[in-house]
Amino acid sequence: MAPQNEANAFSRVAKDPVSRRKFFALGGGSVAATAFLAACGSDDDMTTTMGSAGGSGGTEPVIEEEFGKGDVGILNYALTLEYLETAFYADVVKSGLFKGSDLATMKKFGKEEAEHVSALTAFVKKLGGKPAPVPKTEFPLKSAKSVLELAGTVENLGAAAYLGQAANIESPAVLAPALSIHSVEGRHSAALNTLLGKPITPDGAFAKPADAATVLESVEPFIVT
Amino acid sequence: MRNEDLAQPQLADVQIDADGGDLSRSEVILKGALAAGAVYGAMSVAPFVSRALAMSGGGDVGILNFALTLEYLESSFYREAKRRAGASGDLKSLIDLVARDEDEHVKALTATIEKLGGKPVAEPKFDFPYGNTAEFLELAQTFEDTGVSAYNGAAPQIKSKEVLGAAGSIVQVEARHAAAIRLQNEAEPSPEAFDPTLSKPQVLKAVEPFIE
Repeated sequence: MAPQNEANAFSRVAKDPVSRRKFFALGGGSVAATAFLAACGSDDDMTTTMGSAGGSGGTEPVIEEEFGKGDVGILNYALTLEYLETAFYADVVKSGLFKGSDLATMKKFGKEEAEHVSALTAFVKKLGGKPAPVPKTEFPLKSAKSVLELAGTVENLGAAAYLGQAANIESPAVLAPALSIHSVEGRHSAALNTLLGKPITPDGAFAKPADAATVLESVEPFIVT
Repeated sequence: MRNEDLAQPQLADVQIDADGGDLSRSEVILKGALAAGAVYGAMSVAPFVSRALAMSGGGDVGILNFALTLEYLESSFYREAKRRAGASGDLKSLIDLVARDEDEHVKALTATIEKLGGKPVAEPKFDFPYGNTAEFLELAQTFEDTGVSAYNGAAPQIKSKEVLGAAGSIVQVEARHAAAIRLQNEAEPSPEAFDPTLSKPQVLKAVEPFIE
């Protein structure tokens, strides 16, 4: 596909009824409902299951090792992901692969990620912690279509990452803003999935969480050491 | 109160003060929610839902029953929309998808409340004032955004980690619905970097006008 055609992939995908058809494919509802019930089981018999379905309370070892203990560690983990997203959108905007309303969307999402960075940084300091360093990043920006795919992957992963920490956060004062960010990542994901012709709720009626080990492994290719 | 009074601006005005400067209250600082409250404040909370919820139990069961009430509303709204919204094509498919998700939420919340030894609230009768597809979409956007804000507002009070994780997995789906509906309205899928939160009384005041 010629680059000049790809330049407009963002809006083209959105307008193309054929590629949007899959968008409405549905996840397995009854399976999801069962997962929800499992997640809502009584405290004593479900603790092990919950470890993989939304956190069991307490910080994951990988977060504690790399980002610190407790809520500060979780916030620094989130901050690192937000740094990644912010850098990604900044690179995308600079790449010249998008124009017009597509570019505006990338800028808008990038600006929101940058606001998440500011808020999380302030929060870490407020709690007496030291904000995580800005990672050096590199993203493959080959074509508008592949960038759009990557944006979808990154956002859906980000949403799952926040969901994975919700139950591990100790302080309600930290949980409230984390949730406010979480749902925005969900919104970004659905918007990008729509443009990609993918289901807006790929997990069905109940979104699935991702633990930090999985998330960090997925973003490792974009971090330059 | 009719749907136009619940139009998006009130919610859009709700912001978290996150410029990094003053997070002294260490959480969301609501601005517009209070404005929204002032708008709705003129009305007294209609008794039906408030009374039902007051008797529905406290703690997590109470929060789950509050969530169930909202899911009843959404579920009923989209079920009706299948025959009333005049939708076709992509929008019709979206309505089918959202309707199915909301039904799943109702079933799961009901079962969870029972599992926790509580009694699920009864489903109220609703009245949705719209006459065409555009009005339907406007109302849908308000409901989805309100749903996100309601879950986000209630979740920090949830005691059980299991229930919290599950509520989180629902709110993300509501946020995804909200974004998709907003795209149908050619509105920003994520108007703010931080979704606003609404308190239970604010949410109840917002939805009371749709309960018969």
